[in-house]
Amino acid sequence: MSPSKGKIRVLIAKPGLDGHDRGAKIIARAFRDAGMEVIYTGLRQTPEQIVTAAIQEDVDVIGISILSGAHLYIFPRIIELLKEKGATDMLVIGGGIIPEIDIPKLKQMGVAEIFTPGTLTSNAIEFVKEKLQGK
Amino acid sequence: MNDSIKKEKERWKNKMVDSAVKRYPERKELFTTVSGKPIKDLYTPADIPEIDYLKKLSFPGMYPFTRGIKATMYRGRLWTMRQFSGFATAEESNRRYRLLLERGQTGLSVAFDLPTLMGYDSDHLLAIGEVGKCGVAVDSLQDMETLFDGIPLGKVTTSMTINAPAAILLAMYIAVAEKQGVKPDHIGGTVQNDILKEYIAQKEWIFPPLPSMRIITDMFAYCSKEIPRWNTISISGYHIREAGATAVQELAFTLANGIAYVQAGIDAGLEVDEFAPRLSFFFNSHNDLFEEVAKFRAARRIWAKVMKERFKAKKERSWWLRFHTQTAGCSLTAQQIENNIVRVTIQALAGILGGTQSLHTNSKDEALAVPAEEAATTALRTQQILAYESGVANTIDPLGGSYFVEKLTDEMEEEAWGYINKIDEMGGMIAAIERGFPQKEIMEAAYRYQQAIEKKEKIIVGVNKFLMEEEEQPPFLMIDSEVERAKQIKKLQALRSKRNNSKVKECLKRLRLAARGKENLMPFILESVKVYTFLGEIVDVLREEFGEYQEPSVF
Repeated sequence: MSPSKGKIRVLIAKPGLDGHDRGAKIIARAFRDAGMEVIYTGLRQTPEQIVTAAIQEDVDVIGISILSGAHLYIFPRIIELLKEKGATDMLVIGGGIIPEIDIPKLKQMGVAEIFTPGTLTSNAIEFVKEKLQGK
Repeated sequence: MNDSIKKEKERWKNKMVDSAVKRYPERKELFTTVSGKPIKDLYTPADIPEIDYLKKLSFPGMYPFTRGIKATMYRGRLWTMRQFSGFATAEESNRRYRLLLERGQTGLSVAFDLPTLMGYDSDHLLAIGEVGKCGVAVDSLQDMETLFDGIPLGKVTTSMTINAPAAILLAMYIAVAEKQGVKPDHIGGTVQNDILKEYIAQKEWIFPPLPSMRIITDMFAYCSKEIPRWNTISISGYHIREAGATAVQELAFTLANGIAYVQAGIDAGLEVDEFAPRLSFFFNSHNDLFEEVAKFRAARRIWAKVMKERFKAKKERSWWLRFHTQTAGCSLTAQQIENNIVRVTIQALAGILGGTQSLHTNSKDEALAVPAEEAATTALRTQQILAYESGVANTIDPLGGSYFVEKLTDEMEEEAWGYINKIDEMGGMIAAIERGFPQKEIMEAAYRYQQAIEKKEKIIVGVNKFLMEEEEQPPFLMIDSEVERAKQIKKLQALRSKRNNSKVKECLKRLRLAARGKENLMPFILESVKVYTFLGEIVDVLREEFGEYQEPSVF
């Protein structure tokens, strides 16, 4: 289902070993309250599991929450897998403890936006809605 | 007296406040703490009419310890300045520890990386990208020897933030001390070892609740005899608060966890006074100074009562709530990071005014990365300035007797008892966790707080008010996990070919049998680590015997 016809579908994922899920759960709920369909993967998902879930659930957005510092390994792996599966139209966004210096690198890989601590959920919601408008 | 105060207050309100408000309305309709607790405009003796000084407050070092657990508190000895630190490999973390000790830190606190916390060796598939990232990688006794190289374990006390595999890291520490010639009964420190808060908040679990509790009570029994100066557990509200709990929820869930551990010890056949004196606590300190101070004071009073009345402990030491404090990581902002130094100062002050036994002050850059050296030094200096320049350590419990703080302490105690009783009714904390009760309460509070920020009911400087364009951030401590992983794997391989592998096998076999039976696991873990069995090998055996916890995840 494309967003123009119905609700925006979002997968919120927690990759890696990190168990800090406050941000993931807050953004999941904020997206849901903003009228999106949200699926939350739960903790400790591998990039393979995340991409499989995203494709199965036919989501428009993958939101990745990571606070452990493993982002430079996790994001490229997810993008690579999406390319392999031909699912490059999915919007990949991320949030967590991510130094500014890494953000351009992640964007270059194909991550649409990174939201660092202190981001208002309304900003993330606006960003997603705007990005998916033209679709 | 109270009646006349009440009357006069009424008069003050009608005559002075109302007309002032008419001219200049108050800034908000409702004033609340960080946790959303409503606060009145003024507190007077009429707010604490039943205060019985000897019963409710008493003297420092005397039941119910509201004013502190020690008779002299900081006049005798300052709190321990214990900065949580660890990254990359044991070599690099050892260098940071030596530097911190050289700069006046008085105790160590080890941060392990995620694979270590989860019981995976650095060469495990799930460790990719995580080795050495948010703590130090420890795969075997060899890494532990390097980590404490040149640090006299008979003199320095060490806190280790490790939970599911706590028994293994503690065994390694005992083994390193022995190699240094320090007897087990001469080492001092703490293992966090608090699995219940992992299920509730931090989520670094391995085994299901029952075998996890067995490992913990085995440690209570073993340590009370073999390493009597060791704190066998640090019952932690810190992570509960970081996950979004209110101050009262942090207080209540932590003490309810404490009750579950004491009950488990008693159920395992231990005498309460044998192990209770070595239980310690760990709280968060957030921005709301008075709320935090009241929380710490209420915590001591509740725990003393729980231990004396509920568990009938006889030793005074069993009644003490000794605690470590860490400033609130979740309060730090990625925007205008210099502001974080000010936040940390206020939070540290709350910990000190609340009578903490040890303190970690966060570094300004922690919303973005692991602390750089300069930021870590400023964080330590913050404590030193509070200790030596501010004068706050000159007298004991300086806020005691404040109408506001006493009222707040009473209210927080009452609200915490409400939660504790509710959890008792559910059948205790493990049953409550299985129902998802504390998890849901925390999630609700976290979401409410986030909404309050978005609606600007709560102001965070630099986030929803006083924003500005910022220059590029200063350099952070960058750790290349792939480099660290390669180093660790090399060490693992070298050790595997060097150690006596048949001895390792024998030890693991004995451990497996012990896990199936009822024997205390600690001696078996200790003999395993001494022959350089890897952390992951030990956890694998226990995982096979005990199974893994599966979380019901809701949002």
